[in-house]
Amino acid sequence: MRSALFALILMVCGVPAVTAQTLQPILQTYAGEIAKPSRKSVGETIDAIAASGLPQVTVFLEQWSEKNIWQRNDGIFFVGTAAGDSLTITDVDTEAKTTAAKSDFKQLKPNGGVRRLIGTALVQFQLMDPDLSRRETAVASIARRPEAAQLAPLLASIDGEVDANLKARKTQLANFLSASFAKNTEDRIAAIDSLSTDTSVEARAVLNQILTTTTGVALAAPEGNIAATLDPMLDAEQSYTALVDANLAAPKQTGGDIKKALEANIVNGRIAGFPLGQMDDPMVRQAAYTALADAGLVPVLITQEVRDAELSKHVFYKVYDEPNVEVTIAAETARKSADNRVATAQFADLTLDALSLASIFFLAAIGLAITFGVMGVINMAHGEFIMMGAYTGYVVQLFIPNYTVSIFVALPLAFAVTFIAGVVMERLVIRRLYHRPLETLLATFGISIALQQLAKNVFGTQARPLTSPDWLAGAWVVNDIIQISYIRIAIFILALLFLGLIIYILKRTRLGLEVRAVTQNPGMASSMGINPDRINMLTFGLGSGIAGIAGVAIGLYAKVTSEMGSDYIVQSFMTVVVGGVGNVWGTLAGAAMIGFGQKGIEWLNPSNTLAAQTYMILFVILFIQFRPKGIVALKGRAAGD
Amino acid sequence: MERTFIAKNPSVLWFLLGLSVFTLLVSIFSEAAGSAVISTSFLKTLGKTLCLCLVAIAMDVVWGYCGILSLGHFAFFGIGGYAIGMWLMYARTKDIVVGSLENNILPPTPDEVTTAIGSQIFGVVGSSDFPLIWAFSHSLTLQLLAVVLVPGLLALVFGWLAFRSRVTGVYLSILTQAMTLALSLYLFQNDTGLRGNNGLSGLQNIPGLEAVSQATLSLWFFWASAFALGLGYVFFAWMLAGKFGSVIRAIRDNETRVRFLGYHVETYKLFIFTTTAMIAGIAGALYYPQAGIINPAEIAPIASIYLAVWVAIGGRGRLYGAVIGAVVVSLMSSWFTGGSAPDINLGIYIVKWTDWWLVLLGLTFVAVTLFFPKGIGGLFDLISSRQEKQQ
Repeated sequence: MRSALFALILMVCGVPAVTAQTLQPILQTYAGEIAKPSRKSVGETIDAIAASGLPQVTVFLEQWSEKNIWQRNDGIFFVGTAAGDSLTITDVDTEAKTTAAKSDFKQLKPNGGVRRLIGTALVQFQLMDPDLSRRETAVASIARRPEAAQLAPLLASIDGEVDANLKARKTQLANFLSASFAKNTEDRIAAIDSLSTDTSVEARAVLNQILTTTTGVALAAPEGNIAATLDPMLDAEQSYTALVDANLAAPKQTGGDIKKALEANIVNGRIAGFPLGQMDDPMVRQAAYTALADAGLVPVLITQEVRDAELSKHVFYKVYDEPNVEVTIAAETARKSADNRVATAQFADLTLDALSLASIFFLAAIGLAITFGVMGVINMAHGEFIMMGAYTGYVVQLFIPNYTVSIFVALPLAFAVTFIAGVVMERLVIRRLYHRPLETLLATFGISIALQQLAKNVFGTQARPLTSPDWLAGAWVVNDIIQISYIRIAIFILALLFLGLIIYILKRTRLGLEVRAVTQNPGMASSMGINPDRINMLTFGLGSGIAGIAGVAIGLYAKVTSEMGSDYIVQSFMTVVVGGVGNVWGTLAGAAMIGFGQKGIEWLNPSNTLAAQTYMILFVILFIQFRPKGIVALKGRAAGD
Repeated sequence: MERTFIAKNPSVLWFLLGLSVFTLLVSIFSEAAGSAVISTSFLKTLGKTLCLCLVAIAMDVVWGYCGILSLGHFAFFGIGGYAIGMWLMYARTKDIVVGSLENNILPPTPDEVTTAIGSQIFGVVGSSDFPLIWAFSHSLTLQLLAVVLVPGLLALVFGWLAFRSRVTGVYLSILTQAMTLALSLYLFQNDTGLRGNNGLSGLQNIPGLEAVSQATLSLWFFWASAFALGLGYVFFAWMLAGKFGSVIRAIRDNETRVRFLGYHVETYKLFIFTTTAMIAGIAGALYYPQAGIINPAEIAPIASIYLAVWVAIGGRGRLYGAVIGAVVVSLMSSWFTGGSAPDINLGIYIVKWTDWWLVLLGLTFVAVTLFFPKGIGGLFDLISSRQEKQQ
């Protein structure tokens, strides 16, 4: 990479090198300093070389810093590559290559400090380099290790920048650098103020860098840019440790120290006159230790009173590393406002997360809600239909390697597979158990257990991948904080699609009309010529089919396992129960409530998703107390038990 | 009174007789009695099965008699196990710690002992402080009370909330399942003070009884389990025999009608729910010292579902049905999944029972629900009705 770049530079710089002035004489003027550079004085030399403005300068400085410059016996400098005893040398001006014996040359090895100075000088050349990728590299290297000296060349390079993106980046970076390094206070404060609207991690790092503090302790507050004085009693133990570390107080004995001291001072089975047998009492231990301390055998016991007295004598403070008060005040203000913006952005990000979780719950629960609403039947195997859909997606991918095509094949196929499974189950089991809802619950349990184990036997216990197509990989990044993966967006869209589809079916089609009729009053519907058996079968199939689709969607971002159904089933039930039975909007409200609730609790206690689920379930149990029929309850006679 | 009760329920007498004979036979053939017919590990399995029978009859009372399909009774069972496990673990760790501190030059202070016990128990979850929930773990009496009171209180509060707002049927089942899930998720967390997914272990060692061999100890626990089962059976049979029992069954058959007759349905349901939860706790407290370990996975909702499966297969609404179901299904489960069942070679495919047992169980369960709602216990009806015909 490096040599490729080098070749590129040679090509670019090669043409003008013939006509332009030569570099070697300048080098010879400073030969002594170049051969044996010292960090203190080499700056002048580098400036002089750079001031020549020759295109060869970049190459020379780079090679110098890379330890590739060799000096011949007669004092002439060359770029050289050693191979065994021979050396391929390149003239710094003409770039003519020759081979020579290594023994006639001496390699220049500038030390780290000098190389850093060379690097800084190089930046201004690289920033103006005609090659875009080299300019980008230079900008990236500044961003990685910002230094005061880079500010001027960076500012100088902004006007000449032709690439719009890089120009913006350079401006931003220049802003960061001026916030930290600008010579006069006004410039710094202006730069800092502009950072208050920047929520990027970098900008906040710059502010934090300016606001770094050192904690200290002294008898009186020192001069300097004091950030705050601290109350030592907030964490007395830790404050005392700081005091001890600063050599301002004697260390406090731990229980172990006291024990050791006591053990070391046993005389005839007694410690300071106290018998050993009484040493299981902490008060006796303390008395014995105090007696030993009075006798001068051990250091004085630091009791809590002594500790607190010591603490109150000293000042605990935090002092800014930045001496300029105006700058730190501006930076504090900027950080506070940036923090507010970050908090807002985090809230937005959380809202997006919650929305995506809610849409998953909606997809998982809507099928359940339909069957429950229409038939009063709870299908415990619903989770296994989700799993079945996911495995269908996996199997399709085995046959169709193109992920985009396979997803579009998998979605309808998953629907078909689970639709058929649902219809079969309805005809074989559910139909025989109408009006015995608890028995239905149990029978579907049995099916769920059997299906889960069956999947385990067929596909094994390890998780199977369901790979999303490339155009769904990655995430939509708004800024450093707000980002959401495309799969989640796709699931959200899918959920919206199904919401629309189901509402269309229920409100606009003959089937929907009949379904609604059966939901409200099966007896009356039947007497109007609707065949409830057929409606039940189709509804059950529809509910199961949607579970299959949800399975594909869930499988895309989570792994496909035989147990994935049981991960969603209880949440789905919660969604249905909270939302209210037999109403699509209810399920939507339920899903939104569970999704947002769970994310909200996670936000309060970010490290613990398990706790979030626990509290969410407790919340649902309590919620049912106040709205036993859910958020959207059926009204009128249909609501009868 | 007692006489008429037994006379009315001859099955109770038969059950007690069977249980006594079984206990006697097992005792004679156990390792502790010098015989090698029943190994200690199998004796433990039998003892555990008796505990499962106890929780199964509790489940039968709440579901088969009162019509509340609770999917939380195995959680109460687990709470009982955790309650006794806390004392077992604390007391045993204390013995070990005190023993190891004895060699110190200075006798240890109470604080040192507590810290040492704490770091022994909670080291696995990176802590050494005793959480508040362990406040009573030093006292056997208090933990024994907790075995009954914690499940009872939880059932009381949950039941009161649920029954008060007239949550019935499948809604209630789902809610109890949610409660179970919440509890197991809670226990799975490391920072809740019950050692997260490590659970409590080493429960087979009873503090103060180190000198007694595991063979003898297992036999004692077997006896205790048998006694508890017998007592529980008689208690429930007696409770359900009188007028109270009739009200309970009436609630199952038509809750609204019972309410209109002037009975306070919620109180009856709450009483049944709470009492059975307490009995489940006792069963758990006897089960886990024999199992030796308890962890949150035991409490997962699926365990409570299996409990319902046992009762359904054994036969709902009859106490001996629950016992039969628990014995048959749990022993068959351990036989099939233990790998000792012979594989079936179909020529093209070898059916391994470790893989296929759950499929069989699930389908059996569906079949039982569809075709034999009375379960195995229903066979007894066939016998008795045949006898009646002959008469």
